[in-house]
Parts: sequence; C-alpha cells; structure tokens
Amino acid sequence: FQDQAEQFFRSGHTNNWAVLVCTSRFWFNYRHVANTLSVYRSVKRLGIPDSHIVLMLADDMACNPRNPKPATVFSHKNMELNVYGDDVEVDYRSYEVTVENFLRVLTGRIPPSTPRSKRLLSDDRSNILIYMTGHGGNGFLKFQDSEEITNVELADAFEQMWQKRRYNELLFIIDTCQGASMYERFYSPNIMALASSQVGEDSLSHQPDLGIGVHLMDRYTFYVLEFLEEIHPASQTNMNDLFQVCPKSLCVSTPGHRTDLFQRDPQNVLITDFFGSVRKVEITAETLSLNRDVPGLESKFPEEELATEPLKYAEQLPVAQIIHQKPKQKDWHPPGGFILGLWALIIMVFFKTYGIKHMKHVF
Amino acid sequence: QVQLVVPMAVVFAPGSVPGDLPRPLPFRDVQEMEISVNLRTSVTSRCEMRYRSTTALEEAALAAATAREADAALYPLQDATLGSLTMYVVPETSSLLPQGTSVYVGKHRSALVRAGGSLAALQARLREVTQVMSFTASSIAAALSDRVPDGQLGPDARRNLKSSLGYEITFSLLNPDPKSHTVDWDIEGAVNRFVKPVLDKLSLVANFSVDSQILYYAVLGVTPRYDKESSSFLLSAHSLPHVINPVEARLGSSAASLYPVLNFLLYVPERSHSPLYIQDKDGAPVSTNAFHSPRWGGIMVYNVEAPASPQASLPLHVDVDMARVMEVFLAQLRLLFGLSREEVPPEFLLESPGNEGLADWELDHLLWAHTVENIATVSTTLTSLAQLLDKIGNIVIKDDVASEVYRAVASVQSAVTELSLGHLLAAFQASKEAVTCSERAFFDPSLLHLLYFPDDQKFAIYIPLFLPMAVPILLSLAKIVRETRLRKKEPTKMD
Repeated sequence: FQDQAEQFFRSGHTNNWAVLVCTSRFWFNYRHVANTLSVYRSVKRLGIPDSHIVLMLADDMACNPRNPKPATVFSHKNMELNVYGDDVEVDYRSYEVTVENFLRVLTGRIPPSTPRSKRLLSDDRSNILIYMTGHGGNGFLKFQDSEEITNVELADAFEQMWQKRRYNELLFIIDTCQGASMYERFYSPNIMALASSQVGEDSLSHQPDLGIGVHLMDRYTFYVLEFLEEIHPASQTNMNDLFQVCPKSLCVSTPGHRTDLFQRDPQNVLITDFFGSVRKVEITAETLSLNRDVPGLESKFPEEELATEPLKYAEQLPVAQIIHQKPKQKDWHPPGGFILGLWALIIMVFFKTYGIKHMKHVF
Repeated sequence: QVQLVVPMAVVFAPGSVPGDLPRPLPFRDVQEMEISVNLRTSVTSRCEMRYRSTTALEEAALAAATAREADAALYPLQDATLGSLTMYVVPETSSLLPQGTSVYVGKHRSALVRAGGSLAALQARLREVTQVMSFTASSIAAALSDRVPDGQLGPDARRNLKSSLGYEITFSLLNPDPKSHTVDWDIEGAVNRFVKPVLDKLSLVANFSVDSQILYYAVLGVTPRYDKESSSFLLSAHSLPHVINPVEARLGSSAASLYPVLNFLLYVPERSHSPLYIQDKDGAPVSTNAFHSPRWGGIMVYNVEAPASPQASLPLHVDVDMARVMEVFLAQLRLLFGLSREEVPPEFLLESPGNEGLADWELDHLLWAHTVENIATVSTTLTSLAQLLDKIGNIVIKDDVASEVYRAVASVQSAVTELSLGHLLAAFQASKEAVTCSERAFFDPSLLHLLYFPDDQKFAIYIPLFLPMAVPILLSLAKIVRETRLRKKEPTKMD
C-alpha cells in the first residue's frame, strides 16, 4: 500500500481537464467528429466530469440531414459503438469553433459574459489533455475550411498558459496529416505530445461504412480508442504503452511522440493521470468541537432601501423623426498616406518617362 | 524583496523576569530570519519585540484560576491588531499553566509562556510560539510554491486552497436509497448556527457563498466489502479516490461565478449497505467516518441506526444530527485551508476556538500565507504580461488595461511597504487589490495575439501583388536617373 501512496503523490495534480477539438465541417469529415467523440466518451468513462471538459465540434453529424441514423455517431463499421450517447455536452459548436475561440479558451482571455461551461478554469495543479483532429499540413491545422492555426501560435498559447500556471502537466494529442509538425515548436515545460503521423506523411482513415457512406474513424484514434477501452479508473498502465499504440503495420503512417519537455519519465506517467480523474484523498482525523446550544443567528434584514430618484429614459427622438431621417453621411476621409504616395510616385514616373506632352490628353 | 514584520509585545509578570536581561525593562529588540525560497528569491522575517513588565490590570487578570480565564481577561487589555502577538511570561512556578505544558496559546493573539530561566531559553521558546502563531518557513515556502524548485517541497505543500477572492461552498445530501430512508436535514438552521460564524470570521480572507442540494439515487462508485467480524460494511482507504468521480458529474456548480467550489457531501448509505465505515490505512475504522480531497472538498458517511423492531415500516424517517455533521465539515474546511493543529510541539496547549471555527492567530496564519502568495502571483503575472508585450509588438494596449497595470503595480508596492511596517490587514487588502487588477489586465480579452505571419507567408502574399506593378516603375526610375546623369555631364550640348 505504501507504493500506491507514493504513486498518488508522484503526479502532483489535483484535478483533470480535457479540451477536445474537432476542426473540420462537412459531412465527409464525419470521421473527425467521431474521433473527438470517442476520446470524449473515454475521458468521461474514466471519470472526468462534463464540467471539466471543453468539447468543441465544428459540425453536427448526429443531426445532419445526410445521416441515415439520426442522433448517432458511430465509430466502428457495423454500427457497433455509438459514441454520441445520451449525455453529450458540446460546449463550442459549429461556427463557434474558431482559432480565436480556441486560443481564448487556452489562454483564458475570455469576455466576462462567457458561461462557466465554456471556460477552462484550470489551476497550477491541473493536468490537461488536449486532443485536436482535422485536416492539417506542415506546421498548420485547418479550422472550418477558412482559417488555420500555426504551430508557432499553438506553442505561444501553451507558453502563455505556463506563464500563468494554468496547467501542471499537459498531454497534447493530434490526429491529422503531418501531425508531428504541430508539436515541433513547443518550448514550455511539462508538455508531452503525441501525433498520428510524421512530417511528410498522411494520416489515413479507417474503414468506410457502406450504410452511412463515409469513413467512420481515423486509424490512429481508432486504435487509441481500442486501447482506452481496456483502461479502467484503477489501472496502472503507463504512457509507454500509449506510445506503442498503432504501429506502422496497422496505421500506415508512423505515429510520433515528444517527451523531452516532460519532467517525469513516461514510464511513471499513468494513463489515468490525463485521461481519468483519480483524486488524492486524505482521511479526516480532526474534528472541531462545537457548542450545540448556540441560538440561530437572526437572518439579517435587508438594508432599508435608500430613496433613489425615479428612473427615466434618456432624451429620445420621437419615432416619426427617426424613421424619416436620411442616412447619416459618413465623414469623408482623405486617402491614406501610403496610397497617396504610391499614386504620386506612379504618376510622376509616368509623366517623366513618357514626356509631359501627354498631359494635354489627360486634361 | 519582501520583508515580513511581526510586531510582538513580551510582557513579564512579576517573578518571571530572567536574570540576564541586557537592559532594564522596557526595551526593544529585533530578531531577523531569512527564508530562502530559491536561488534568487528570499523572504526575511523580522520580529520586532517590545519587552515590558505587566501593568496592574494585567496582573489582576493573570491572577485568574485557569489559563482560559486569564486569556479572556487579558483580551480587552491587548493591542489586538491583525498580525501582532502578545506573549505573557509567567513565573516557572505559576499554576496557570497545567503540569507539563510550557505554553498556552489562546483564542486571540496572545499566549502564556512559562519562564525558562535564562533569556536565551525564553527567546528560543518565543521563537517556537511565533512560528506556531504566525508563519513558518515551510508555510511561506508553500505559499510561494511555484517558485520553489521541484523536489524540495513535500507532497503536502501544494494541497492548500489557492488564494482566491471568493469561494463557493456547496453542501450536498446524497440519498441513494430513498425507498428505505427519508432523510431530513435542517441545513438552513445548521448553516445559520454553525457555518455562518466561521464564515463571518473568514470574511476578511474572501467572499463566501453557500448553497445546498439534495441528490437522490446518487451512489458511490465503489462497492463496500462486508466484514463479518464487525458485521458492517467497510470502504478501504485505497478505494476512496474512486468514490468521488461518479458523484461529481451530478453535483453541478453555479454557472455565474468563477470562484473555486468546495463540495461537502453527506452520504447516507443504503439499507443494504448499512452500517458503512471508512477504514484507514491500518484497517481501523475512522472515528469521523469522513475523508477529504485537497482543493475539492469532503465526504462524510452518516450511518442510520437500525430500527428497533425489524418490522418498522419503510421508509424510515431520519433526522440528521447537524451538529455532529457540521463538526466534521468545518474541520474539513479548516484542513482544506491548511489550518492543521498537528505539527504543534507537545508541550503546547492550544485553546479550542469553539464556534468561531478558528482562532485569531489562525486567521493571521491564513492572511500571511495569502498575502505572500498574492504578491508573488502579481509579480509573475505582470512580468509575463510585459514579456508578452515585448514579444508581440503590434498588440494595442487599451487605456483601461494600462490603468489596471498601474494600479496593480501601485497596490503591490504598497502591500510590500505595509508588510515591512507590520500592518498585516492593510498589506492583505492591498495585495488583494493588486491581484484583482493584475488578473483583469492579463486576462483582458483584447490581448489576444492572432498576428503571427511567418516570413514565407508575407512574401507569398505581397510579391505577386507588387512585383508586376513595380517592374515598369523601377525601370522608368532607372531611365530617369540615367538621363539626369547624362544631362549633367553635357550641360552645354544643346542644339
């Protein structure tokens, strides 16, 4: 039992968070949503509550009009495993999944009106799992078919998190083409990264399902899901086993990992340190001795309301005038300096080169 | 560098003055100690001691029968500002302190110390008392835990609640078997009678909000074992970490506030698993039947007595003894904040704080730790903000962000000054203001840097735009320059 006690104290974290991002939309990218939902399902099963998971899905596959089985997202052909389930809680959905929102979630620079479920309220004792999937390239990941996040921005975001001690340890998993390029630029401590393919390789998808008509999962996440299904909250499997998941024979691409920034040996890092939520617990040995004969404190009456001026609306134009008002003239601004200078240069050169005699044709 | 000053008054009762005083009473003395956190940071602690002899009123108070009465009588006569300490030295033969104890620490900010013969022995004892009543090197190091190199701190160091502007406390009653037990708990009354006094005392430290809920059919994640010897069910200590997770998903939290939540759960076991006891590491049942998790909260198992007659009709009505429950919950609250009384030397006698929940000096303990932690947080935040702005030159700083930064800097400077003067309350409030301003400045939504353009992207965008346009311009410019040069060379060659 002493060993177990040691292990509990080895990791040093008191809570777990997960940020799961699917960045691609459109029906044929069904597999990316299925990837993310599989990881979501495993993480919930192993104990992380919804309040500690930020799930970002760029498109809705379960209720997509092209889904022959509505309200389901399957991860295996023959429709064996419905990863959508009954209690999925998507925090950022469809067009809210943007690079800006993702970086805001990571760095914490969120407008004050954002609800608690959309925030990453981690502290210096949090282990965070970040999973991203979608279409990527050498050094970037495509969001929503219209923008991209570069590996430098991601590394800077992680550095911002480290500066503010928003994580104790971070596990970054990415399943895209050339995924290893995304973790090349990390420089903050305590980050471990896994990717589904090296630079120059494509990550391939698993089988298509003929009933649904699309590929259901990507290979790497499919085998990771199989691996995670064997894990239960008390298991002692460590990260080295996760590194072996999906060898080249099964995955066709070569998964990579990066542990040089991580302080502990991956041998000592349990899978449940990131995917599950095993709490440190202490027996309460002390009690407080209370005097039971205390009368209840009278509930404080609300303070008398101060007399305030009656509220009134600010001066407003009568409605009729507003309707018939002409549109406000936008103030005319002279063109900016650069444009002016450029045009002056062009005109001067033209007339100098070809002679001043052309002026009379212009005017 | 931060200097922590503890103003202390040492009052000698008649008959307790040591023989080897350097100067006649009253006089002042200063003791300094350096707490080094890492290679570059260190905190100095300074004890400013004023030695004097008792006044007539104090002598009368010290003539009381027990230490507790003496402490109560002395309280109105002391200078009880936050952070200060008063030590009354009583003669060695005094009967105020029971046999075997050499120090009695009261509920407020004073202690009765038995004279130890020489001044040096007395000073050693006073140092021990100061460490118990204000701060120790390890508590300061724990407050500055992110600056201490890993491995030097024990595993317990980072488990206290982080200093925050507010905390939410949620009391939950878990009834997994409503068919067998109808559980009634007078939580509102219990909160008014027992919890409010404690929270009122802690209101200096942070804002607290309390709510409560009852959850039905909420089971623990672990099946307890049946133990034939004691004919009860046992939850072993190593299965406790897995108990919390299935419940946590159902606990919920307030959507509006961002303060850390402390959950206190009262679990009434099912009839088929009653009575349920928690086993500690050695296999003995825990007397409180409760456990807690750092930075999260606590769980207590409340066993319902089996009904007298086996034919009692279900569901049984259960009236929860809130006083017993609150004793445990409030003790867990103290432990979550780090106020443990376990590391006190054996010859110390600590007065129980009673319904207030914590003694004045324990409040000071919290304030010292939180003030130091706040100051460290502010300096880290502002430094990293400055580094961010250095690196990304084209972020626009709004005026209110700038003013928050100025306010944060001014507040943290005043906090450090107040600490060096010994005004703990003013220092704590300044540090709280500094933390608020610096967090607002750092997490301002406008400081997002989405402006990274790698060089090859810049070339890729601008070259196709400007190169075709620039070719005739550059060629023409070259032609002009050539013509001007030729004209200069032959100014007179005109036809």
